[in-house]
Formats: sequence, C-alpha cells, structure tokens
Amino acid sequence: MLEIENLHASVEGSEILRGISLRIEAGEVHAIMGPNGSGKSTLAQVLAGNPTYRVSGQVRFQGRDLLAMAAEARAVAGIFLAFQYPVEIPGVGNLYFLRTALNAVRRQRGQEELDAMDFLALAKERMQLVEMDPELMNRALNEGFSGGEKKRNEIFQMAVLQPSLAILDETDSGLDIDALRSVAAGVNALRSADRALLLITHYQRLLDYIVPDYIHVMANGRIVQSGDKALAVELEQHGYAHFDAAPAPGQRP
Amino acid sequence: MSTDNAKIRELSSRAYKYGFVSDLESDAAPRGLNEDVIRQISAKKHEPQWLLDWRLKAYRHWLSMREPTWQNVHYAPIDYQDIIYYSAPKPKTPGPRSLDEVDPELREMFGKLGISLAEQERLTGVAVDAVVDSVSVATTFKHKLAEVGVIFCSFAEAVQQHPELVRRYLGSVVPYSDNFFATLNSAVFSDGSFCYVPKGVRCPMELSTYFRINAADTGQFERTLIVAEEGAYVSYLEGCTAPMRDTNQLHAAVVELVALDDAQIKYATVQNWYPGDAEGRGGIFNFVTKRGKCAGAHSKISWTQVETGSAITWKYPGVILQGDDSVGEFYSVALTANHQQADTGTKMIHIGRNTRSTILSKGISAGHGQNTYRGLVKVQKAASGARNHTQCDSLLLGSQCGAHTFPYVEVKNPSARVEHEASTSKIGDEQLFYCRQRGIREEDAVPMIVNGFCREVFKELPMEFAVEAQKLLSVSLEGCVG
Repeated sequence: MLEIENLHASVEGSEILRGISLRIEAGEVHAIMGPNGSGKSTLAQVLAGNPTYRVSGQVRFQGRDLLAMAAEARAVAGIFLAFQYPVEIPGVGNLYFLRTALNAVRRQRGQEELDAMDFLALAKERMQLVEMDPELMNRALNEGFSGGEKKRNEIFQMAVLQPSLAILDETDSGLDIDALRSVAAGVNALRSADRALLLITHYQRLLDYIVPDYIHVMANGRIVQSGDKALAVELEQHGYAHFDAAPAPGQRP
Repeated sequence: MSTDNAKIRELSSRAYKYGFVSDLESDAAPRGLNEDVIRQISAKKHEPQWLLDWRLKAYRHWLSMREPTWQNVHYAPIDYQDIIYYSAPKPKTPGPRSLDEVDPELREMFGKLGISLAEQERLTGVAVDAVVDSVSVATTFKHKLAEVGVIFCSFAEAVQQHPELVRRYLGSVVPYSDNFFATLNSAVFSDGSFCYVPKGVRCPMELSTYFRINAADTGQFERTLIVAEEGAYVSYLEGCTAPMRDTNQLHAAVVELVALDDAQIKYATVQNWYPGDAEGRGGIFNFVTKRGKCAGAHSKISWTQVETGSAITWKYPGVILQGDDSVGEFYSVALTANHQQADTGTKMIHIGRNTRSTILSKGISAGHGQNTYRGLVKVQKAASGARNHTQCDSLLLGSQCGAHTFPYVEVKNPSARVEHEASTSKIGDEQLFYCRQRGIREEDAVPMIVNGFCREVFKELPMEFAVEAQKLLSVSLEGCVG
C-alpha cells in the first residue's frame, strides 16, 4: 500500500528526515517510536502533504506517486492524519466541518454527497465508537476542547472518513487511562484487512492497547531498528539513550 | 511558504461579479452644485417651501465646512463641482403601478443581480422598495402594509403624502449641520425610503430596499427615515450592489431611526458596491451617516452590517440612548481586500439611566486592504447604571494588509461599566493544512474559516440575509488560494 524509499525532508534549511525507507501493506499496523526530535512527527506531516517541508525521495501510495499529490488529493486517495495538535477553527461547527470534509472527499471521488440527515445518522453511529460526548458535536471545531477531547475528535473524524491509511501522531499523549482505552477501542474497531495504520508514539503504553505488527525506532531522522512488538518492551526497559548517543550508520559527523 | 503572496495575487485578480451597466435613459441635472441646482432638485420633486428652505440652510452651512481628514483612509481630493447631483431614470411607461409595469430592462437588471422582484414578492414575502439611481420605481406590498397602518414608501412620496411626519422627524437624529457629508446630503438628497410604524404595530414583514447606483458619475444621496412609535416593531433590510466604473463615485447617504417608548428597530445592511479594480482604481466612496435615537424608555435599536464592497467605507452607525433602559446594538463584519479601505465602527451615546449597549465588530483584511475599527462609547453624567460591552476582532489574510482599532471611551458617571475586548489573528498555515488534510481545498477552506469568524454577527441577520451575506463573503474571497 505504502512504499517509502530514501525519503528526505528539511525545513528552513535543516534536514529532519535523512533517508527513510519503509513498506506498509494493507491490513498491517506499524508503530514508529523514538525520542523527541527524532523526526517522527515530521514523517507524519510529510506523508500527509504539509507544504512547509522540502521533500525528496520516493513515496508510492497504492501505486501512485504520493509526493506529487497535493494534501487534499492525498486525503481523497485515503490518507488520514490524526494530528498531534489539532487546530481550533472558531465559529466553524464541528459537525459542519466534518460533513464538508466528507462531502469534499466524496465529490472528488465521484461519489454522491451525503445530505444532512444521512450524515447525522452516520456521525451518531461513529461517535459511539470513541464514546464521544454528543455535546461536543454542537461546538465549534476543537474550540475550548480539552487535549483529550481533541484527540478523541480526531479518531471520530477518522471513523467517519474511513481512510485506507491512517497515521496517528501521538494520539495517546494527553489522554488519561480511561480515555486511552476508549480511543484505542475505537481505533481497533477500525482495523481491517484493507486498511493500514501507522502509529507514532513516544511511549509503549499505547501499544498495549493497539498491538502493532511491526515496530520501528527512529533517531536522527532515520529508522535505526525494526522489529516486532517485543521491541517495544525492550525500549521501555532501556530507553532511547543508546540510539541518540551513537550516530546513525552513514551519518556525517 | 509562498502561499501568502500567491493568495494576494489571486485576490487582486478577482473579478467584480456585479459589474455591468444598464442602459436606462437618465434625466440628469447639470454638473456642479449651487443654489439653483438645489432649487431645481426641489422643484422637480414638487417639494413644499419648508423643505427647500431646509435644503438651502444645509447648503449654506456646508459652504462653511471643511471635509474631514481625521479618518484613517486616503483618497484623491473630490471635486464637488464635477458631480451630477440629480439623475432619475425615465420610465418608459409613466408611473408603474405594479411590477408588470416596471421597465423590463430594469427587471432584467434585478434578474442579473439575483433579486427578481417578482420572485421576492412571490416566494419570500419581503416587500421591496427598489431604488435605482435616485428615484423609487417599484414599491410592493404597500397595500398589505397599509392595512395595519404601516407607511413604507419612497422619501419623495412621503414628502407629498405625509409631510407632517417628515417635517417632525427629518433631521431630528442627524441634524442638517451634523457633519460635512451629512450636510451635503441634507442639501441635495434625491430620494430614499420612508417607513413609519404606528403605535403598538408589529410590522408584519421584513422591509427591504435594494439600492443601486446606475448612471455614470452620479453621486447618490439617499435619505432614509424610519420611525417606530410606542411599542412598534420593524425589521429593515438594506442591500446594495453597483455596476463597474472607472471613476470614483461618491455616495453620502443619511439614515435616521427613531424609536419611541418600548419600540424596536432592527436595521441590517449588506453592502457590496464596486470596490475598485486590483490596483485600487475606481470604486465607490461610501461616506455614510447612520444614527438611531432610542427616544423612549425601553426602546431598542440594532444595527447589523456586512460591508464587503466600496473602495472606501466611512461610517459609524450609532445609537443615542436617551430613553431610560434603552438598548443599542452594533454588529459588524467589514471585509477589505485589494486596495479597499474601511474606517468603520459605531457610536453609543448613553444619556438615559440603565441604558445598555453591545458592540461586536469583525474586521477582515486581505491583499493591501486596510481595516480600521473606530468606536465611541460615551456615558453622560445622568446615565447611571449604563453598561457597554465591546468586542473587536480582526482577521488578517496575507502580510500586506492592516488592521487598526481606535476605541474612544468617555465616562462621566461613576456607576457605569464599560468593557472592551480586542483580538487580532491570522488565518494560519496550520488551519489551512488541517482543512486540506481532511480533503477541503484551500479555496473552500478560506471562506469557511472567515465565515466561522463572522458567525456571531451573521446570527443577528434575518435568515435569508445571513445566507446572502455568507455567499457574498465567499464570492469576495474567491481566488484566495495559495
């Protein structure tokens, strides 16, 4: 589904991703772990098409050249990013925003738009997946939401938009244990054979609830180790220190 | 990121959607202003002597006045002797009595604007007093209104039919000597609307006037007077578009509202006059004096305005809160793009006890637009218990525009409470990226964010107007993509 080859990205002249290669197949769940500043979130932003970054390398998504596509085209193709810091848009209703997004995607896919009633029915059903407070539906997008409510709202949007590849950027941060459980349950309910997940997290905690097939460790803009879920336990015991200390292979001093 | 610059370029190249000129024959006065021109205007309208005297008094006073320069706008000097002060479209059939008799070309023009009178009449139940250039050509629903005693007609007609009412209230809120442009208007006003709602009557429909400037180089000097007697209620909608022009057009209107005891007047404006081209050439100068007087106790006046047009907008719809427990409200959205300039806000003058006022201003600047909020809150000595809350929010699109806020507060009563909040924000790249990541293109995301920013003001507009205002904002922001 997603093939990343030698992906580089820089912002304002400083290189953050220094040659990432990664392959994700449909149905798989990958987790990327690593210390702060290792480039995890940048990878998420670059895959989603944030124009702030200068990018080189090769990324193919479902056979298409992803880097040549605008952010909205990537969304239409089925890429979803649950943001680490979801933005607030004052005065724009939460449900209105989501319906606009869903219909924009549907329109660009040549599908019929959902009317208000059908959309509301869909939204109500998906809300239950993440045990979202219905009161938040009537508020402006993320305005006055707590950190946890924002994260929950991201997963709710994901449940409505039904992406092929969902990238969850530090979705666990800011969640208490109950919220983490219900958000994880929502994410797990969306796991399927034709959908891939890329989890970005600092802590192993999330991976107790959403069990990945593969774990990759990032440091200094590279993937320095890959393994199965056992790797997470190892990291939890030893920390990231030894990755930071040693320059990654091939890195210039 | 270069989206800002691209945005500005795109904004600058947007076309004015309503730019066309209708081919109506005009019956115009010669260029320039002197007492003879004023006598001619008055004579054409068969006005009584007192009104001519009032015009001449204003004109003589105007000669002693200087054009104000304190406002935060810049324009080339206006040659007041190069303006045609009166222009009336010649109806092809004399005096249309119904919509069927209205000049077909005129109706076509309204069709282009999407405000077909026939449709308005049939579908929305809104009575439209259509002002094209300086004379009212069609007035609908008049009979229905007459049944409940509401008078809604052109100003000229009111002078003929209800001279005693006009004489009692004309200039009672905005005196002829008020300010340079209001005084000019008092001398040369051509026509406008008059509305009178008698005691205890709730006007059964929203009243609406569509203004339109049409003949080349004709300044338009509208005069509107609305009176709500004790316990009366009226909601009035004013909406404008104008055809494209190369030279600037001066528009100096005066609107006066009078609310007696327990009366309520809601006045809503959607203003979309020609803003000038991408380099700032042409466009309407919109120098307007709008003021309401809460003359009676427990009366209420609300101004709601959505200002997206004109090269320069200069207006401060205000309320004189004279009656005890009276309420004044001002809700405003002002958008300046390209080289548009706006210096707008309100004046709330608290005179009576326990008077309350609310000000909510939303300014949006894009391109090279300069947007100024200027507001006066004045609490006089006797106004014990007066309350004001002011909120001014500015939104910037791009890096070459500006937002300015000048709040003036004068409080002479120690029990008064006056609050002022202000904020300035930019549409962030983060907001745009968030929308795009969800599949919403930037050209759709920007109007969505801007409309969200204005939501609290749009809530104050009647439903059909709110929809129109949102569309207008979206059209005005068309091409705002990186």
